[in-house]
Amino acid sequence: MERSLRGRVAVIGVGETTYYKHGQSPDPEFKLALKAILAACEDAGISPKQVDGFASYSNDRSDPSRLAAALGIDDLRFANMQWGGGGGGGSGAIGNAAAAIATGMAECVVVFRALAQGQFGRFGQGPQRNVIAGDTAHTVPYGLMSAGQTFAMKVQRFMHDHGVEQSALRAISLASYHHAQNNPRAVMYGRPLTEEKYDSSRWIVEPFHLFDCCLENDGAAAMVLVSAERAAEVGHAPCYLLGAVSGSHHRAGASVHNAPDYATSAFKTVAPRLYDMAGVGPNDVDVLQSYENFTGGVLMSIVEHGFCEPDGCNEFFVKDNLIAPEGQLPTNTSGGNLAECYMHGLGLNIEAVRQVRGASTNQVADADVSMVISGPMVTPVSCCIFGSEATL
Amino acid sequence: MSYLNPGLPKPVPAPDGLDAPFWAAAAEGVLKLQRCNACGRWQWGPEWICHHCLSDDLAFVEVEPRGRIYSYERVWHPVHPALKDQGPYLIVLVEFPDHDNARIVGNLLGDPEQEVTIGAPVRAVFEHHPDDEPAHTLVHWEMESVRGA
Ligand SMILES: [Zn+2]
Repeated sequence: MERSLRGRVAVIGVGETTYYKHGQSPDPEFKLALKAILAACEDAGISPKQVDGFASYSNDRSDPSRLAAALGIDDLRFANMQWGGGGGGGSGAIGNAAAAIATGMAECVVVFRALAQGQFGRFGQGPQRNVIAGDTAHTVPYGLMSAGQTFAMKVQRFMHDHGVEQSALRAISLASYHHAQNNPRAVMYGRPLTEEKYDSSRWIVEPFHLFDCCLENDGAAAMVLVSAERAAEVGHAPCYLLGAVSGSHHRAGASVHNAPDYATSAFKTVAPRLYDMAGVGPNDVDVLQSYENFTGGVLMSIVEHGFCEPDGCNEFFVKDNLIAPEGQLPTNTSGGNLAECYMHGLGLNIEAVRQVRGASTNQVADADVSMVISGPMVTPVSCCIFGSEATL
Repeated sequence: MSYLNPGLPKPVPAPDGLDAPFWAAAAEGVLKLQRCNACGRWQWGPEWICHHCLSDDLAFVEVEPRGRIYSYERVWHPVHPALKDQGPYLIVLVEFPDHDNARIVGNLLGDPEQEVTIGAPVRAVFEHHPDDEPAHTLVHWEMESVRGA
Protein backbone atom coordinates (compact mmCIF):
# COMPACT_ATOMS: atom_id res chain seq x y z
CA MET A 1 0.00 0.00 0.00
CA GLU A 2 1.25 3.49 -0.81
CA ARG A 3 2.35 5.22 2.37
CA SER A 4 0.43 8.48 2.15
CA LEU A 5 -2.38 10.29 3.92
CA ARG A 6 -3.79 11.53 0.64
CA GLY A 7 -7.59 11.42 0.70
CA ARG A 8 -7.82 8.97 3.58
CA VAL A 9 -9.09 11.35 6.26
CA ALA A 10 -11.53 14.25 6.20
CA VAL A 11 -12.48 17.19 8.38
CA ILE A 12 -16.18 16.97 9.20
CA GLY A 13 -16.52 19.72 11.77
CA VAL A 14 -14.89 22.96 12.84
CA GLY A 15 -15.55 25.11 15.89
CA GLU A 16 -14.28 28.32 17.43
CA THR A 17 -15.08 30.34 20.50
CA THR A 18 -15.52 34.08 20.34
CA TYR A 19 -12.08 35.62 19.93
CA TYR A 20 -11.11 38.08 22.65
CA LYS A 21 -8.29 40.53 23.12
CA HIS A 22 -5.71 38.98 25.41
CA GLY A 23 -6.82 38.97 29.00
CA GLN A 24 -10.45 39.67 28.15
CA SER A 25 -11.89 36.17 27.95
CA PRO A 26 -14.66 35.67 30.51
CA ASP A 27 -13.86 31.94 30.49
CA PRO A 28 -10.70 30.19 31.66
CA GLU A 29 -8.59 28.41 29.09
CA PHE A 30 -9.87 24.88 29.72
CA LYS A 31 -13.49 25.96 29.34
CA LEU A 32 -12.57 27.71 26.08
CA ALA A 33 -11.15 24.40 24.84
CA LEU A 34 -14.36 22.58 25.76
CA LYS A 35 -16.53 25.21 24.07
CA ALA A 36 -14.56 24.97 20.81
CA ILE A 37 -14.70 21.16 20.86
CA LEU A 38 -18.45 21.16 21.51
CA ALA A 39 -18.94 23.63 18.66
CA ALA A 40 -16.85 21.51 16.29
CA CYS A 41 -18.83 18.37 17.19
CA GLU A 42 -22.11 20.21 16.69
CA ASP A 43 -20.89 21.40 13.29
CA ALA A 44 -19.97 17.80 12.45
CA GLY A 45 -23.34 16.53 13.61
CA ILE A 46 -21.81 14.01 16.00
CA SER A 47 -21.98 13.50 19.74
CA PRO A 48 -18.81 14.60 21.56
CA LYS A 49 -18.90 11.16 23.18
CA GLN A 50 -17.91 9.69 19.81
CA VAL A 51 -14.55 11.47 19.98
CA ASP A 52 -11.80 9.00 20.87
CA GLY A 53 -8.65 11.05 20.36
CA PHE A 54 -7.08 14.49 20.81
CA ALA A 55 -4.11 16.10 19.11
CA SER A 56 -2.59 19.48 19.84
CA TYR A 57 0.69 21.38 19.71
CA SER A 58 2.81 24.06 21.34
CA ASN A 59 2.44 22.46 24.78
CA ASP A 60 -1.28 23.15 24.99
CA ARG A 61 -2.26 23.06 28.66
CA SER A 62 -5.68 21.43 28.16
CA ASP A 63 -4.80 17.84 28.99
CA PRO A 64 -6.56 15.22 26.82
CA SER A 65 -7.42 12.98 29.76
CA ARG A 66 -9.09 15.87 31.52
CA LEU A 67 -10.94 16.72 28.31
CA ALA A 68 -12.07 13.11 27.93
CA ALA A 69 -13.30 13.08 31.52
CA ALA A 70 -15.13 16.37 31.12
CA LEU A 71 -16.80 15.20 27.92
CA GLY A 72 -17.69 11.77 29.32
CA ILE A 73 -15.80 9.91 26.62
CA ASP A 74 -15.83 6.12 27.14
CA ASP A 75 -12.77 5.01 25.24
CA LEU A 76 -9.85 7.43 24.79
CA ARG A 77 -7.57 5.90 22.17
CA PHE A 78 -5.20 8.66 21.08
CA ALA A 79 -3.60 11.54 23.03
CA ASN A 80 -0.94 13.35 21.04
CA MET A 81 1.26 16.42 21.39
CA GLN A 82 3.35 17.76 18.52
CA TRP A 83 6.60 19.06 19.99
CA GLY A 84 7.84 22.54 19.26
CA GLY A 85 6.70 26.03 20.05
CA GLY A 86 4.80 28.80 18.33
CA GLY A 87 2.41 27.80 15.61
CA GLY A 88 4.81 25.35 14.00
CA GLY A 89 2.70 22.37 14.98
CA GLY A 90 -0.73 23.45 13.71
CA SER A 91 -0.77 21.41 10.53
CA GLY A 92 1.50 18.84 12.15
CA ALA A 93 -1.15 18.06 14.76
CA ILE A 94 -3.67 17.56 11.96
CA GLY A 95 -1.22 15.20 10.29
CA ASN A 96 -0.74 13.28 13.53
CA ALA A 97 -4.50 12.96 14.01
CA ALA A 98 -4.92 11.82 10.42
CA ALA A 99 -2.14 9.26 10.77
CA ALA A 100 -3.86 7.80 13.82
CA ILE A 101 -7.14 7.49 11.93
CA ALA A 102 -5.56 6.13 8.74
CA THR A 103 -3.76 3.42 10.69
CA GLY A 104 -6.73 2.41 12.82
CA MET A 105 -5.35 3.74 16.10
CA ALA A 106 -8.40 5.97 16.50
CA GLU A 107 -11.70 6.67 14.76
CA CYS A 108 -12.60 10.26 15.53
CA VAL A 109 -9.89 12.71 16.57
CA VAL A 110 -10.26 16.34 17.64
CA VAL A 111 -7.40 18.71 16.86
CA PHE A 112 -7.58 21.78 19.07
CA ARG A 113 -5.70 24.76 20.47
CA ALA A 114 -6.80 26.87 23.42
CA LEU A 115 -5.13 30.04 24.66
CA ALA A 116 -5.91 32.36 27.51
CA GLN A 117 -2.88 34.60 27.78
CA GLY A 118 -4.67 36.68 30.38
CA GLN A 119 -4.76 33.60 32.59
CA PHE A 120 -1.24 32.39 31.87
CA GLY A 121 0.87 35.37 30.80
CA ARG A 122 1.64 36.94 27.45
CA PHE A 123 3.94 35.73 24.72
CA GLY A 124 5.41 39.07 23.73
CA GLN A 125 7.23 39.69 27.00
CA GLY A 126 10.77 38.85 28.05
CA PRO A 127 11.74 36.79 31.11
CA GLN A 128 11.74 38.80 34.34
CA ARG A 129 14.23 37.29 36.73
CA ASN A 130 17.71 38.12 37.98
CA VAL A 131 19.80 35.50 36.18
CA ILE A 132 19.50 33.42 33.05
CA ALA A 133 21.34 30.23 32.03
CA GLY A 134 21.58 27.99 28.99
CA ASP A 135 21.05 28.91 25.35
CA THR A 136 19.10 32.06 26.17
CA ALA A 137 21.94 33.35 28.40
CA HIS A 138 23.64 34.14 25.09
CA THR A 139 20.77 36.30 23.79
CA VAL A 140 18.52 37.68 26.56
CA PRO A 141 21.18 39.85 28.32
CA TYR A 142 21.64 41.68 25.00
CA GLY A 143 17.95 42.50 24.85
CA LEU A 144 17.09 39.72 22.38
CA MET A 145 14.22 37.94 24.06
CA SER A 146 10.90 38.14 22.22
CA ALA A 147 9.69 36.17 19.22
CA GLY A 148 9.67 39.34 17.14
CA GLN A 149 13.30 40.02 18.00
CA THR A 150 14.26 36.42 17.28
CA PHE A 151 12.66 36.43 13.85
CA ALA A 152 13.51 39.97 12.75
CA MET A 153 17.15 38.90 12.64
CA LYS A 154 16.33 36.21 10.04
CA VAL A 155 14.06 38.42 7.98
CA GLN A 156 16.59 41.25 7.93
CA ARG A 157 19.17 38.92 6.41
CA PHE A 158 16.70 37.53 3.84
CA MET A 159 15.68 41.03 2.78
CA HIS A 160 19.36 41.97 2.48
CA ASP A 161 20.20 38.90 0.39
CA HIS A 162 17.29 39.38 -2.01
CA GLY A 163 16.77 43.12 -2.11
CA VAL A 164 13.30 42.87 -0.58
CA GLU A 165 11.66 46.22 0.14
CA GLN A 166 9.40 47.16 3.03
CA SER A 167 6.47 47.38 0.62
CA ALA A 168 6.51 43.57 0.28
CA LEU A 169 5.93 43.12 4.01
CA ARG A 170 3.33 45.87 3.94
CA ALA A 171 1.33 44.11 1.22
CA ILE A 172 0.93 41.02 3.43
CA SER A 173 -0.44 43.13 6.26
CA LEU A 174 -2.75 45.10 3.94
CA ALA A 175 -4.22 41.88 2.54
CA SER A 176 -4.96 40.49 6.01
CA TYR A 177 -6.66 43.69 7.14
CA HIS A 178 -8.56 43.88 3.84
CA HIS A 179 -10.00 40.41 4.41
CA ALA A 180 -10.81 41.12 8.07
CA GLN A 181 -13.16 43.93 7.00
CA ASN A 182 -15.52 41.30 5.55
CA ASN A 183 -15.21 38.95 8.53
CA PRO A 184 -17.40 39.91 11.52
CA ARG A 185 -15.51 37.40 13.73
CA ALA A 186 -12.27 39.29 13.19
CA VAL A 187 -10.87 41.30 16.08
CA MET A 188 -9.89 43.98 13.51
CA TYR A 189 -13.32 44.01 11.80
CA GLY A 190 -14.22 47.64 11.21
CA ARG A 191 -10.60 48.78 11.60
CA PRO A 192 -9.16 49.00 8.07
CA LEU A 193 -5.48 49.55 7.35
CA THR A 194 -4.06 51.88 4.70
CA GLU A 195 -0.55 52.23 3.31
CA GLU A 196 -0.21 55.53 5.13
CA LYS A 197 -1.32 54.05 8.44
CA TYR A 198 1.16 51.20 8.04
CA ASP A 199 4.03 53.49 7.06
CA SER A 200 3.45 55.84 9.98
CA SER A 201 3.03 53.08 12.56
CA ARG A 202 5.82 52.68 15.08
CA TRP A 203 8.67 50.25 14.71
CA ILE A 204 8.55 47.24 17.00
CA VAL A 205 11.87 45.91 15.82
CA GLU A 206 13.18 46.72 12.35
CA PRO A 207 12.10 45.52 9.81
CA PHE A 208 8.75 45.00 11.60
CA HIS A 209 6.30 47.83 12.08
CA LEU A 210 3.42 47.41 14.52
CA PHE A 211 1.22 46.05 11.71
CA ASP A 212 3.76 43.37 10.77
CA CYS A 213 3.16 41.67 14.12
CA CYS A 214 0.41 39.25 15.09
CA LEU A 215 -2.27 39.93 17.64
CA GLU A 216 -2.30 38.38 21.09
CA ASN A 217 -5.68 36.82 21.78
CA ASP A 218 -7.68 34.53 24.00
CA GLY A 219 -9.94 31.85 22.59
CA ALA A 220 -10.00 28.30 21.28
CA ALA A 221 -10.40 26.48 17.99
CA ALA A 222 -11.06 22.83 17.17
CA MET A 223 -11.71 20.51 14.25
CA VAL A 224 -13.07 16.97 14.02
CA LEU A 225 -11.39 14.40 11.77
CA VAL A 226 -12.66 10.96 10.72
CA SER A 227 -11.86 8.49 7.95
CA ALA A 228 -12.90 9.39 4.42
CA GLU A 229 -15.36 6.47 4.44
CA ARG A 230 -17.08 7.71 7.56
CA ALA A 231 -17.01 11.32 6.37
CA ALA A 232 -19.08 10.36 3.36
CA GLU A 233 -21.92 9.49 5.74
CA VAL A 234 -22.18 12.89 7.48
CA GLY A 235 -23.76 16.23 6.66
CA HIS A 236 -21.17 18.62 5.18
CA ALA A 237 -19.49 18.01 1.88
CA PRO A 238 -16.29 16.44 3.25
CA CYS A 239 -13.08 18.41 3.23
CA TYR A 240 -10.34 15.88 2.58
CA LEU A 241 -6.78 16.04 3.79
CA LEU A 242 -4.51 15.64 0.78
CA GLY A 243 -1.27 15.89 2.73
CA ALA A 244 0.29 17.02 5.99
CA VAL A 245 4.00 17.10 6.81
CA SER A 246 6.32 18.64 9.36
CA GLY A 247 10.01 18.99 10.11
CA SER A 248 12.92 21.29 9.43
CA HIS A 249 16.30 21.41 7.71
CA HIS A 250 19.86 20.53 8.76
CA ARG A 251 20.60 21.92 12.24
CA ALA A 252 17.63 24.30 12.09
CA GLY A 253 17.57 24.08 15.88
CA ALA A 254 21.24 24.99 16.42
CA SER A 255 21.24 27.40 19.34
CA VAL A 256 22.22 31.09 19.44
CA HIS A 257 21.09 31.71 15.84
CA ASN A 258 23.53 29.17 14.36
CA ALA A 259 21.37 27.30 11.83
CA PRO A 260 23.71 27.09 8.82
CA ASP A 261 20.88 28.03 6.45
CA TYR A 262 19.66 30.88 8.61
CA ALA A 263 17.51 33.31 6.62
CA THR A 264 14.69 30.86 5.97
CA SER A 265 11.16 30.06 7.07
CA ALA A 266 12.43 26.45 7.57
CA PHE A 267 10.23 25.03 4.80
CA LYS A 268 12.85 24.27 2.13
CA THR A 269 12.91 20.55 2.93
CA VAL A 270 9.32 20.37 4.15
CA ALA A 271 7.37 21.96 1.29
CA PRO A 272 8.52 19.46 -1.39
CA ARG A 273 7.33 16.60 0.81
CA LEU A 274 3.91 18.21 1.12
CA TYR A 275 3.48 18.59 -2.63
CA ASP A 276 4.71 15.05 -3.12
CA MET A 277 2.16 13.60 -0.70
CA ALA A 278 -0.71 15.77 -1.88
CA GLY A 279 -0.01 15.12 -5.56
CA VAL A 280 -0.32 18.80 -6.46
CA GLY A 281 2.06 21.70 -7.12
CA PRO A 282 2.02 25.41 -6.33
CA ASN A 283 0.10 26.16 -9.53
CA ASP A 284 -2.78 23.97 -8.32
CA VAL A 285 -3.26 25.85 -5.04
CA ASP A 286 -6.41 27.98 -5.15
CA VAL A 287 -6.12 29.69 -1.79
CA LEU A 288 -3.46 29.93 0.94
CA GLN A 289 -3.49 30.50 4.68
CA SER A 290 0.07 31.30 5.76
CA TYR A 291 0.83 31.69 9.47
CA GLU A 292 1.81 35.24 10.29
CA ASN A 293 3.57 35.58 13.57
CA PHE A 294 5.28 38.33 11.55
CA THR A 295 4.86 39.28 7.90
CA GLY A 296 8.47 38.38 7.11
CA GLY A 297 7.70 34.74 7.87
CA VAL A 298 4.83 34.76 5.39
CA LEU A 299 7.10 36.19 2.73
CA MET A 300 9.78 33.53 3.15
CA SER A 301 7.15 30.76 3.44
CA ILE A 302 5.52 31.73 0.17
CA VAL A 303 8.91 31.78 -1.52
CA GLU A 304 9.87 28.41 -0.11
CA HIS A 305 6.58 26.84 -1.20
CA GLY A 306 7.39 27.79 -4.77
CA PHE A 307 4.89 30.58 -5.38
CA CYS A 308 7.51 33.24 -6.00
CA GLU A 309 11.24 33.46 -6.70
CA PRO A 310 13.36 34.86 -3.84
CA ASP A 311 14.50 37.73 -6.06
CA GLY A 312 10.96 38.45 -7.28
CA CYS A 313 9.37 39.42 -3.97
CA ASN A 314 8.95 43.13 -4.70
CA GLU A 315 6.86 42.34 -7.78
CA PHE A 316 4.88 39.42 -6.31
CA PHE A 317 4.02 40.90 -2.91
CA VAL A 318 1.52 43.58 -3.83
CA LYS A 319 -1.90 43.73 -2.20
CA ASP A 320 -3.90 42.97 -5.35
CA ASN A 321 -2.03 39.68 -5.79
CA LEU A 322 -2.92 38.52 -2.29
CA ILE A 323 -6.62 39.29 -1.93
CA ALA A 324 -9.74 37.25 -2.65
CA PRO A 325 -11.44 36.58 -4.91
CA GLU A 326 -9.34 37.70 -7.89
CA GLY A 327 -5.77 37.79 -6.61
CA GLN A 328 -3.13 35.49 -8.03
CA LEU A 329 -2.70 33.88 -4.59
CA PRO A 330 -5.46 34.89 -2.16
CA THR A 331 -3.75 34.69 1.21
CA ASN A 332 -5.05 34.76 4.79
CA THR A 333 -8.65 35.21 3.72
CA SER A 334 -10.08 35.41 7.24
CA GLY A 335 -7.68 38.16 8.28
CA GLY A 336 -5.46 35.55 9.90
CA ASN A 337 -3.24 36.07 12.91
CA LEU A 338 -2.72 39.73 12.04
CA ALA A 339 -6.33 40.82 11.88
CA GLU A 340 -8.77 38.01 12.69
CA CYS A 341 -7.32 36.37 15.77
CA TYR A 342 -4.11 34.83 17.01
CA MET A 343 -5.06 31.28 17.96
CA HIS A 344 -1.60 29.91 17.27
CA GLY A 345 -2.74 29.42 13.71
CA LEU A 346 -5.44 26.77 14.06
CA GLY A 347 -7.88 29.44 12.92
CA LEU A 348 -6.00 29.39 9.62
CA ASN A 349 -6.66 25.67 9.21
CA ILE A 350 -10.33 26.27 9.94
CA GLU A 351 -10.44 29.04 7.33
CA ALA A 352 -8.84 26.66 4.83
CA VAL A 353 -11.68 24.18 5.47
CA ARG A 354 -14.25 26.96 5.06
CA GLN A 355 -12.78 27.77 1.65
CA VAL A 356 -13.23 24.16 0.51
CA ARG A 357 -16.81 24.24 1.83
CA GLY A 358 -17.47 27.54 0.04
CA ALA A 359 -18.25 29.23 3.34
CA SER A 360 -15.54 31.87 3.77
CA THR A 361 -16.42 35.55 4.19
CA ASN A 362 -13.79 36.11 1.46
CA GLN A 363 -14.63 33.14 -0.70
CA VAL A 364 -12.43 32.15 -3.62
CA ALA A 365 -14.37 30.60 -6.51
CA ASP A 366 -13.99 26.83 -6.80
CA ALA A 367 -11.47 26.55 -3.99
CA ASP A 368 -10.67 22.88 -4.50
CA VAL A 369 -7.07 22.96 -3.28
CA SER A 370 -6.63 24.88 -0.03
CA MET A 371 -3.22 25.11 1.64
CA VAL A 372 -2.08 26.01 5.15
CA ILE A 373 1.47 26.90 6.18
CA SER A 374 2.00 26.71 9.95
CA GLY A 375 4.52 28.59 12.05
CA PRO A 376 7.40 29.72 9.86
CA MET A 377 10.89 30.27 11.34
CA VAL A 378 10.42 27.93 14.32
CA THR A 379 11.40 24.26 14.28
CA PRO A 380 9.70 21.96 13.53
CA VAL A 381 7.34 23.71 11.12
CA SER A 382 4.42 22.05 9.33
CA CYS A 383 2.01 22.51 6.46
CA CYS A 384 -1.00 20.78 4.96
CA ILE A 385 -3.33 20.81 1.98
CA PHE A 386 -7.07 20.23 2.08
CA GLY A 387 -9.05 19.30 -1.00
CA SER A 388 -12.63 19.01 -2.18
CA GLU A 389 -14.12 15.76 -3.44
CA ALA A 390 -13.11 16.86 -6.96
CA THR A 391 -9.43 16.53 -6.05
CA LEU A 392 -9.56 12.85 -5.10
CA MET B 1 28.95 51.70 32.27
CA SER B 2 26.68 49.36 30.38
CA TYR B 3 25.24 49.51 26.88
CA LEU B 4 21.72 48.61 27.97
CA ASN B 5 20.04 49.97 31.07
CA PRO B 6 20.65 47.69 34.06
CA GLY B 7 18.02 45.19 35.11
CA LEU B 8 18.02 42.53 32.42
CA PRO B 9 18.67 38.93 33.50
CA LYS B 10 22.41 38.35 34.03
CA PRO B 11 24.07 35.43 32.23
CA VAL B 12 25.34 32.57 34.38
CA PRO B 13 26.82 29.23 33.27
CA ALA B 14 24.30 26.49 32.50
CA PRO B 15 23.61 24.21 35.49
CA ASP B 16 25.05 21.28 33.54
CA GLY B 17 28.25 23.27 32.94
CA LEU B 18 28.09 23.12 29.16
CA ASP B 19 29.00 26.75 28.45
CA ALA B 20 30.94 27.48 31.68
CA PRO B 21 34.33 27.76 29.87
CA PHE B 22 32.88 30.44 27.59
CA TRP B 23 31.78 32.64 30.49
CA ALA B 24 34.99 32.03 32.46
CA ALA B 25 37.03 33.14 29.44
CA ALA B 26 34.82 36.17 28.84
CA ALA B 27 35.48 37.30 32.42
CA GLU B 28 39.18 37.34 31.46
CA GLY B 29 38.51 39.30 28.29
CA VAL B 30 39.02 36.26 26.08
CA LEU B 31 36.62 34.93 23.45
CA LYS B 32 36.40 31.14 23.23
CA LEU B 33 34.31 28.96 20.92
CA GLN B 34 33.95 25.20 20.79
CA ARG B 35 36.17 23.11 18.54
CA CYS B 36 36.21 19.36 17.99
CA ASN B 37 39.58 17.79 18.78
CA ALA B 38 38.76 14.82 16.56
CA CYS B 39 37.81 16.52 13.28
CA GLY B 40 38.71 20.17 13.87
CA ARG B 41 35.22 21.58 13.25
CA TRP B 42 34.04 24.64 15.14
CA GLN B 43 30.51 24.86 16.48
CA TRP B 44 28.36 27.30 18.40
CA GLY B 45 26.25 27.23 20.58
CA PRO B 46 28.09 24.63 22.54
CA GLU B 47 27.02 20.97 22.36
CA TRP B 48 28.08 17.84 24.22
CA ILE B 49 29.22 16.16 21.01
CA CYS B 50 30.48 17.33 17.64
CA HIS B 51 27.59 17.69 15.19
CA HIS B 52 29.85 16.59 12.34
CA CYS B 53 31.83 13.55 13.53
CA LEU B 54 29.90 12.91 16.78
CA SER B 55 33.05 12.80 18.91
CA ASP B 56 32.70 13.97 22.50
CA ASP B 57 36.31 15.19 22.55
CA LEU B 58 35.53 18.90 22.42
CA ALA B 59 37.51 21.90 23.60
CA PHE B 60 36.84 25.59 24.14
CA VAL B 61 39.52 27.35 22.10
CA GLU B 62 40.46 31.03 22.08
CA VAL B 63 39.63 32.87 18.86
CA GLU B 64 40.63 36.32 17.70
CA PRO B 65 37.78 38.55 18.92
CA ARG B 66 36.98 39.83 15.44
CA GLY B 67 34.15 38.89 13.13
CA ARG B 68 31.74 40.37 10.65
CA ILE B 69 28.09 41.33 10.91
CA TYR B 70 25.91 38.53 9.55
CA SER B 71 22.62 40.20 10.46
CA TYR B 72 21.38 42.88 12.84
CA GLU B 73 18.25 44.48 14.22
CA ARG B 74 17.31 47.78 15.76
CA VAL B 75 14.87 47.24 18.61
CA TRP B 76 12.38 50.00 19.43
CA HIS B 77 9.62 48.37 21.46
CA PRO B 78 10.74 47.37 24.98
CA VAL B 79 9.61 43.90 26.03
CA HIS B 80 11.23 44.07 29.46
CA PRO B 81 10.57 46.65 32.23
CA ALA B 82 14.31 47.44 32.49
CA LEU B 83 14.25 48.73 28.90
CA LYS B 84 11.21 50.99 29.34
CA ASP B 85 13.28 54.18 28.98
CA GLN B 86 16.07 52.68 26.90
CA GLY B 87 15.11 53.96 23.47
CA PRO B 88 16.33 52.09 20.40
CA TYR B 89 19.25 49.70 20.63
CA LEU B 90 21.19 47.51 18.21
CA ILE B 91 21.68 43.75 18.33
CA VAL B 92 24.14 42.14 15.95
CA LEU B 93 24.64 38.55 14.91
CA VAL B 94 28.40 38.24 14.39
CA GLU B 95 29.91 35.41 12.35
CA PHE B 96 33.46 34.07 12.32
CA PRO B 97 34.38 33.16 8.74
CA ASP B 98 37.61 31.47 9.87
CA HIS B 99 35.75 29.27 12.34
CA ASP B 100 33.18 27.47 10.17
CA ASN B 101 30.93 30.54 10.25
CA ALA B 102 29.99 30.07 13.90
CA ARG B 103 27.93 33.04 15.12
CA ILE B 104 27.35 34.83 18.40
CA VAL B 105 24.91 37.54 19.49
CA GLY B 106 25.82 40.86 21.10
CA ASN B 107 25.06 44.57 21.04
CA LEU B 108 26.68 46.97 18.57
CA LEU B 109 28.20 49.90 20.48
CA GLY B 110 27.88 53.46 19.29
CA ASP B 111 24.94 55.49 18.04
CA PRO B 112 21.88 53.22 18.18
CA GLU B 113 20.53 54.98 15.08
CA GLN B 114 23.72 54.46 13.05
CA GLU B 115 23.44 52.79 9.68
CA VAL B 116 24.51 49.14 9.96
CA THR B 117 26.05 47.24 7.07
CA ILE B 118 25.76 43.47 6.81
CA GLY B 119 29.24 42.07 6.20
CA ALA B 120 31.05 44.91 8.00
CA PRO B 121 34.00 43.87 10.22
CA VAL B 122 33.59 44.26 13.98
CA ARG B 123 35.72 43.61 17.07
CA ALA B 124 34.68 42.48 20.53
CA VAL B 125 34.37 44.78 23.54
CA PHE B 126 34.06 43.05 26.89
CA GLU B 127 31.65 44.69 29.32
CA HIS B 128 32.60 43.47 32.80
CA HIS B 129 30.29 43.67 35.81
CA PRO B 130 32.53 42.33 38.62
CA ASP B 131 30.52 43.95 41.40
CA ASP B 132 27.11 42.74 40.25
CA GLU B 133 25.40 39.83 41.99
CA PRO B 134 26.26 37.55 40.32
CA ALA B 135 29.37 38.96 38.63
CA HIS B 136 29.20 38.56 34.86
CA THR B 137 30.63 39.76 31.55
CA LEU B 138 28.85 40.67 28.33
CA VAL B 139 30.54 40.45 24.93
CA HIS B 140 29.67 43.44 22.75
CA TRP B 141 30.92 44.58 19.35
CA GLU B 142 32.11 47.76 17.73
CA MET B 143 32.82 48.64 14.15
CA GLU B 144 36.43 48.06 13.10
CA SER B 145 36.17 51.46 11.44
CA VAL B 146 35.84 53.09 14.89
CA ARG B 147 39.31 54.22 15.98
CA GLY B 148 40.79 54.85 19.42
CA ALA B 149 38.02 53.12 21.33
ZN1 LIG C 1 34.16 16.42 15.11
